[in-house]
Amino acid sequence: MTEIGLGHYLTLGAIIFSIGVIGIFLNRKNIIVILMSIELILLAVNINLVSFSIFLGDLAGQVFTLFILTVAAAEAAIGLAIIVVYFRNSGTIRVEEIDRLKG
Amino acid sequence: MIAHSIFFYAFSLIAIISAIMVTASKNTVHSVFFLILDFISISCLFIMIGAEFLGMIMLIVYVGAVAVLFLFVVMMLNVAQQKNQWFAAKDSSKHIPIGLIISTLIFVEIIIVIGGWKYKPEIFDINNSLTQFSVSNTHSLGKILYTDYIHVFQISGMILLVAMIGAIVLTFRQRAGVKRQSYIKQISRERVEGVEVLEVETNKGVRIDD
Repeated sequence: MTEIGLGHYLTLGAIIFSIGVIGIFLNRKNIIVILMSIELILLAVNINLVSFSIFLGDLAGQVFTLFILTVAAAEAAIGLAIIVVYFRNSGTIRVEEIDRLKG
Repeated sequence: MIAHSIFFYAFSLIAIISAIMVTASKNTVHSVFFLILDFISISCLFIMIGAEFLGMIMLIVYVGAVAVLFLFVVMMLNVAQQKNQWFAAKDSSKHIPIGLIISTLIFVEIIIVIGGWKYKPEIFDINNSLTQFSVSNTHSLGKILYTDYIHVFQISGMILLVAMIGAIVLTFRQRAGVKRQSYIKQISRERVEGVEVLEVETNKGVRIDD
């Protein structure tokens, strides 16, 4: 228990990933929280990549974490811009009221 | 080693609790704050296991930029009435078991994969190995980022540029009735339409702007 190995970090990543998935499924009120759950999922992936990179001694994982950070920032900016435009057009960002596609 | 494990458990406990609070808190502003706490504790973990550059970059990018962007949007959109109460609303209760089942399945699958995973002995023959410990993490990361991964680096810069242009184009709006400066009109003015020579008669004067 006191020796922190690769499995501990991977388990932490798995727990945060599952919490992000729960957040996407259970949130029915506010679409911004769904975006935040996606950020949580990307964070869990980053934990996995960095811990593998440290424990295997290969720097490629950290480089890819950098690129995931870049893509996550771009995705947050675009998603928030889409939410702002949608709120300006329809006046709501509740998840159950966004049903134009009738899905 | 004891201190290492104590710090690991403390930071990961804070990270897990704040991740739960991100999805469960009623107020959206509170969930943004818990997201910030989550990022801070995970970057502390990164710094602790030796990825200092990524920990600092996560602090700068996530806490400094993305979370503030979330806060701006939450405060702009007037979501104060739209409280996030997924456990209280009765029409959302049919999603709760499905979501719980799916996420528990994902968690169990990942745990099974982690438990059955072993090192392969030839996996250590990798070019970018961290064999020399004299250089710092940032130094070695920069060495391979600007040589082996230079094309991916440039492409990520292009992605950021495209995202910036996309966000500006999406949120740009032209209001009717607002006077704007038009460079095209200003530059393409000719002398003929700007200046007029008039014969002024005595005791009459000239009317301008008719």
